[in-house]
This record gives sequence, structure tokens and C-alpha cells, in this order.
Amino acid sequence: MEIAARHNLNLAGRPDGQPMLFAHGFGCDQNMWRFVTPKFTDEYRVVLFDHVGAGGSDLAAYDPQRYSSLHGYAQDVIDICRGLELTEVIFVGHSVSAMIGVLAAAKAPELFAELVLVGPSPRYIDDGDYVGGFAEHDIRELLDSLESNYLGWSTAMAPAIMGRPDQPELGEELTASFCRTDPQIARAFARVTFLSDNRADLGQVSTPTLVLQCANDIIAPVGVGEFVRDTMPNATMVQLDATGHCPNLSAPDETADAIAQFLHRSSPARR
Amino acid sequence: MTTGGEALDAFLAALLVDDAAELYDRAPCGYLSTTPDGTIVKVNQTFLTLVGYEREELVGRLRFAQLLSVGGRIYHETHYAPMLRMQGAAHEIALDLIRRDGTRLPVLVNSVLQSDPDGRPVVVRTAVFDATQRREYERELLRAKERAEASEARSTALARTLQQTLIPPTPPAIPGLDLAARYRPAGDGGEVGGDFYDIFQVGVGDWVVVIGDVCGKGVDAAVVTALVRYTLRAVAVEHARPAQALTLVNQVLRRHGTARFCTVAFVRLRHAGLGWEALVSSAGHPLPMLRDAAGAVREVGRPGTLLGVIDDPPQYDVPVPLNPGDALLLYTDGVPEARNGTEFYGDQRTAAVLARERGTASDLAAALLADTLAFQDGTARDDIALVVVRVPEGAATDS
Repeated sequence: MEIAARHNLNLAGRPDGQPMLFAHGFGCDQNMWRFVTPKFTDEYRVVLFDHVGAGGSDLAAYDPQRYSSLHGYAQDVIDICRGLELTEVIFVGHSVSAMIGVLAAAKAPELFAELVLVGPSPRYIDDGDYVGGFAEHDIRELLDSLESNYLGWSTAMAPAIMGRPDQPELGEELTASFCRTDPQIARAFARVTFLSDNRADLGQVSTPTLVLQCANDIIAPVGVGEFVRDTMPNATMVQLDATGHCPNLSAPDETADAIAQFLHRSSPARR
Repeated sequence: MTTGGEALDAFLAALLVDDAAELYDRAPCGYLSTTPDGTIVKVNQTFLTLVGYEREELVGRLRFAQLLSVGGRIYHETHYAPMLRMQGAAHEIALDLIRRDGTRLPVLVNSVLQSDPDGRPVVVRTAVFDATQRREYERELLRAKERAEASEARSTALARTLQQTLIPPTPPAIPGLDLAARYRPAGDGGEVGGDFYDIFQVGVGDWVVVIGDVCGKGVDAAVVTALVRYTLRAVAVEHARPAQALTLVNQVLRRHGTARFCTVAFVRLRHAGLGWEALVSSAGHPLPMLRDAAGAVREVGRPGTLLGVIDDPPQYDVPVPLNPGDALLLYTDGVPEARNGTEFYGDQRTAAVLARERGTASDLAAALLADTLAFQDGTARDDIALVVVRVPEGAATDS
């Protein structure tokens, strides 16, 4: 199946369970979820994927035109759901993928049962009264730091590209590609991510939604999480003790517990 | 021995001074320890000197990411921290620290994460190296790379533009003749090829069709291609016989001093009654193929010698009447030499398409190009140029 290779799809959990689709954010790949998903494999059908351009996805499938806005990524999410014939999907999106999920749910609401948005931000750049947390020149600087780590990338990737005669385990291969991607793609993804403004899309989505908010998250501050909660018609927010932008890595248990509680509360009939 | 004694004294003195505390505080790199969430718990003197903070201002108060530029903080959150957590280490990450006085310090950072036996993260140790000069150098490299990429893009655009000047975009309309031409550069067309064709009028009911191939590729070949093409145009006006025109082009090439040679098929077309009279001359070029109204295909002309190699090479003019329903095909070696594995497309396949396609000149040209490309999986390994001259059935007799 073409979509499986394109997105490095990985399926786990109960084949007949309700599907949980986990989407990673800007910077890394599906391995971001590896400490969280074990909590759900007993009950759910867990679907993991890499965005095109990240991790183990097919880099050749990267189309600058398609991915010049988050809508291209949202269409991928819809394509994955349709390709795997998923319904009643619980979409769990981290960072920029939170908004990708919102766009997908706005476009194909029939596919989604619940949304879990981990560290969402509909707009990173301040705008009038809205405080996204960043000025435009900050984002410019981010693009620069991506570029500064450009040289390190090419040498670091070389052994992986050339193939290793000593046959490394799969684990090593995974970590080799983790957080590393083509600098051009990383830059384009950063631009699309941090220059996007999806505030107007939030109101379109009435799917039951959980916002997971960390403390001291410089990328998605508390005020932004509250904005998402208050703007979406059917959203609640849970404030985690976890700090930083990646609770799925720094506090996987707390993150998984909060998601599980939300899922059982929002549909108590489910086992 | 005194010298040996002094060396030993120095050795012992150095050993004594370099105790663990000194090793840490005066290390030739900034060194700090943080909790897993980044709160600074310990820093060495070198780090304090690099960033201009007092120890009390950092320890227990700030997280490492707070010392970074804003762009660096995003990079830290989205790449650095995840890598550290997943791999237990992150190496050679380029970041900017913001000193206490607000100035920037480009650094290279290495971190390791120490976990307890249960795999829970306990402490992150980070070494920080001043990379001011290296960063400058890397920026130069990046700029040079960007310039190189821009320059390559310009040269590709130039090649395409140049190519377009060597190939007429659409053949002129010749009253009483049906004409079509196709050109396909090798590969992605990023380089100027040596194939060319031209169609021009020299008098009333008197036209010239040429096709040629200059050896080699690139700008040098393009210069010779332009020279040949415009010389052909100039001499064709004065010299009615194709062989004579080719001889003059040969002289020009020989005097030009280029080492490049070329092949040319030259066809003079003169209106005659219901049809046309072609005078065909080939200077080392694949002979044109003629398909008559009955569908029979044959090569026309007599092989002459290629241009630019020897003085006064023999060239021959062969008259070929073109009757209504006839089609004359001129092509470059990109057609018969198209390869599929070890097999060549060859003259027979070319002739077969010519015999089969009985529609317009354009239909024939398109069919032959498509067939040649399909034979080599869609990508031309060499330039392909072809011109089809067809006399329509019941051709008009005007000129």
C-alpha cells in the first residue's frame, strides 16, 4: 500500500479497537510517542505515522507545493484515515500537528470522534491583543538556527545513507533518523508551522477536544492553550505538571493518564 | 640529573594544582549540570566567564534554555531536548547563548543525560564551546553553497535560452508543403546540446531545410552550432548547390580554429509542377529517409564527409523528386542510437514508424519522438532532433 511507505505507517494494539492516530510535531518523528502509546495498545488500535519529510517517511514524496500550508498535511491525515478505513478516530496531535488535526476535522468531521491537542498553538506570532509568544524576527532567527545545524546534518546523515556494513539493529536506525531531516524540508516545515494562523479554524470544529497544556512551555504558553479551549466550541483543558513543550517525552505517564481519563469520560459507554 | 629533577617537579606541581575542583572550574569549556527539565544546578567558572553571569544568578534560578536566543529555544524544545531524551545524548548542536549584557555568543553544545537504573532521567551534563569563529566560517560556507546553487540555476536557465535561439520555436509555413519539427534535449535539458535544425527561404518557391549535430555539449559547442547555423543561412543564399554550401561551411569551421566537427544534412526544396524537387546533400550525417505515396521507405542522398576535420572534403548533391503523398524525414543520431540495454533503436524501427504514420507531418514527428522516448524509458540519453517535410496529396501549386 503506497500510503504505508509514504508515511512509514506503524500499526499496533487491538486490530478491532477504536483507532487512535498519533501525529508528531515539528522537529522529530513518530518516536516522540513511544513512551505514551503502550498505555493504549490494550484497548485501542494505535496508528503511528511520520509526516512526509520527517523520520522514515518517503522524502521523495515531499512536494513543496502540497506542503506549502498546513492543509497539505491535514489532507495527509484524512488520506491515512480513508486509506486504512478508520472511523471514529481519536486524533492525538502534538505541537503543530494539533492544528493539522483541527484542519483535518474541519474538512472531514465524520472521520473523527475526539481530538487530543498536546501543546497546541493556532498562531505563534503576536498579533494585536493576541499573544502567541513570538515576534516575527524570532521566527527568522529559528530559520537561521536550523541553517546553522545544516552542516552537522550532512555529515551525520552520511553513514546512514551509505548503509552500514555492521548491520545495526533497527533501534539504532530509528534514532539515526530521529530529529534529522533534509534541511530544506525542515526549513520549509518550520516556515509553514511558525508562520501559520489557524485561529479562525478553531471555531469550525465541534468534535470533543482535549487541550493538554504544559507549564513553562515557551512554544505554546498557557494563554495560548486557554485561547484554544475558549475558541473551540467543545473543548476542555487539562494543565499538566510537566514542563516544556514535549510532555510525551518528559512526562509520558502523566500525559497518557490525562488522555485516558478524557477518553473514558467523554464516552463513558466505552469499555 | 638537574633537568630530570626539574621536569619531575613541574609534573608534580601540575598534578597538585589540577585537583578535581580546578579540573572542573577551569576546564577549557563551559560546563553545566541541569535537572531533566533544564534547571541549572551546577556551573563551572569557564561558563560563567563566557556568559558574564554570577553563579547565584543561574543556579536554581534559570533553565538552560532561558540562556538561549529565542530561535535557539525553539530549536532546543523541538530538536535538542527530544534527542537528548530519546538517545541519551546530543552532539555538536549549534546554538546562540545570550550573555548577561545582551550580546550573543555562538556555541557548540554537547549534552549527555544520566538516568537512574530504572531509566528515569536524573541529570543532564552539558559542555559548551565558544564557536564564534567557526560559526562565521560556516556562514561563509553556507553563503558559498547558496551562491553555487544560484549560479547553477542561472546556468541551466542560460542553457535553455541559448538552446531556444538555436532551434526555431515553430517551423515556418511553406505554401504547398506540410512541415513539422521536434527537438528533445538529453536528460533534464540542463545543458545545451549540439543538435540543431533550421528552415528558411532563399527565393520564390525555393527553401532550405538543414539538420545538424555539432560534437560535444555545453557553451563551447553552442558557439560552434551558432556559427554553423548562421554560416549555412548566409552561404545558402548565394550558392544554389547544397554541396557547395557545405564546402564553404567547412572552410569557415577550419579557419575558426575549433576542434569541434559537425555533421549536416542539407536539403534544398524547389517547387516543381505538382510536387517539389529536393536536392539532398549529407556531410557525414544520417541520410534522410523518404517515404513515397505507396508507403515504401528508402534512404536518399549519398554520404559525404563531416565538416571541420579535413580541407575540401567530398560532398555530393543528389536530386530527389518529392511527389504528393511523399514524406521526407531528417533526423539526428539521437533517434537511431536511442538505447534500451544493449539494443539500439536503429534505422529499421525509424523506417517502420515512417511507413506506418500516414497522417500529417506533425503526427509523424510526434509518433517518432514518442516511440524513440518510449524505447529508452522516457528519458533521452542524447539530444533528438527531427524534421518532417511532407507533400500533401493534391498539393496546391502556388508558391
